[in-house]
Amino acid sequence: MRVGVVTFPGSLDDVDAVRAVRLAGAKARQLWHGDSHLHGVDAVVLPGGFSYGDYLRCGAIARFAPVMSAVVAAAQRGLPVLGICNGFQILCESHLLPGALVRNNHRRFVCREQQLAVESTRTAWTSAYEQGQRIVVPVKNGEGAYTADASTLDQLEGEGRVVVRYLGDNPNGSARAIAGIAGERGNVVGLMPHPEHAVDALCGPGTDGLGFFTSVLAALSVDLG
Amino acid sequence: MARVVVDVMLKPEILDPQGKAVHGALRRLGFDGIRDVRQGKRFELELDGEVTEAHLDQVRELAATLLANPVIEDFTVRVGQVAG
Repeated sequence: MRVGVVTFPGSLDDVDAVRAVRLAGAKARQLWHGDSHLHGVDAVVLPGGFSYGDYLRCGAIARFAPVMSAVVAAAQRGLPVLGICNGFQILCESHLLPGALVRNNHRRFVCREQQLAVESTRTAWTSAYEQGQRIVVPVKNGEGAYTADASTLDQLEGEGRVVVRYLGDNPNGSARAIAGIAGERGNVVGLMPHPEHAVDALCGPGTDGLGFFTSVLAALSVDLG
Repeated sequence: MARVVVDVMLKPEILDPQGKAVHGALRRLGFDGIRDVRQGKRFELELDGEVTEAHLDQVRELAATLLANPVIEDFTVRVGQVAG
């Protein structure tokens, strides 16, 4: 089973994402932003960083990278796609997920270990968790405040598509403390915190993030029968 | 040559922390009577030849596609002056 990890110019966390995929037991395939196809991968991770320098808006230029045409088409067919931080911003700019990420309400970059509640385990990326499970993973962003109009927020809540929510202090002013959401089918998930930085107790707050990567393996095993 | 100007602003209901920071600095500098500041972006597009309605339609499309994110931003398109 192969999970593709896209590298854009300015991606930072692609290598950590590759490592997380391997620790979860899958093969990782690095994809380049200029690739026009996905080399047969079974899932895709859009990693954190500052693609294209965050010029214009975070994720706005990456959305039009050649690889994103393939990612968007595959996601619409059901391919599991996880967007972490800048990857979440790219998914929103690509309209694979509703809403947008805007500048933190306190204007500062935030970088800390963050407690989250896993509120939906019905996605391709969170089935390994228990409903309501509390996990700790790093959060690090300057433009991580999730925003959407009230009806979109109500719809996300009503359909159980708020995947993870911040516990304790809201780190960036996200609407309703939303840390991550899923698309309608549950194959596309975006979140601002970084599960790929919490897969090894030696260099992170623990291994609470590994479940995102083991979940997709389980989802793929079911799909592939 | 002609110039088309696209102004992009965050929608009124979206918090603008940068504008708030500028507003705070103005108060510290003693500029009173300014109730609020919001910060936007201005794009100047240089076109070949005269600006036609077709050009403006094209610019509106590219503004909605790339220059602005209609989820959080509004934009206006107008013909601008080219400095001599």
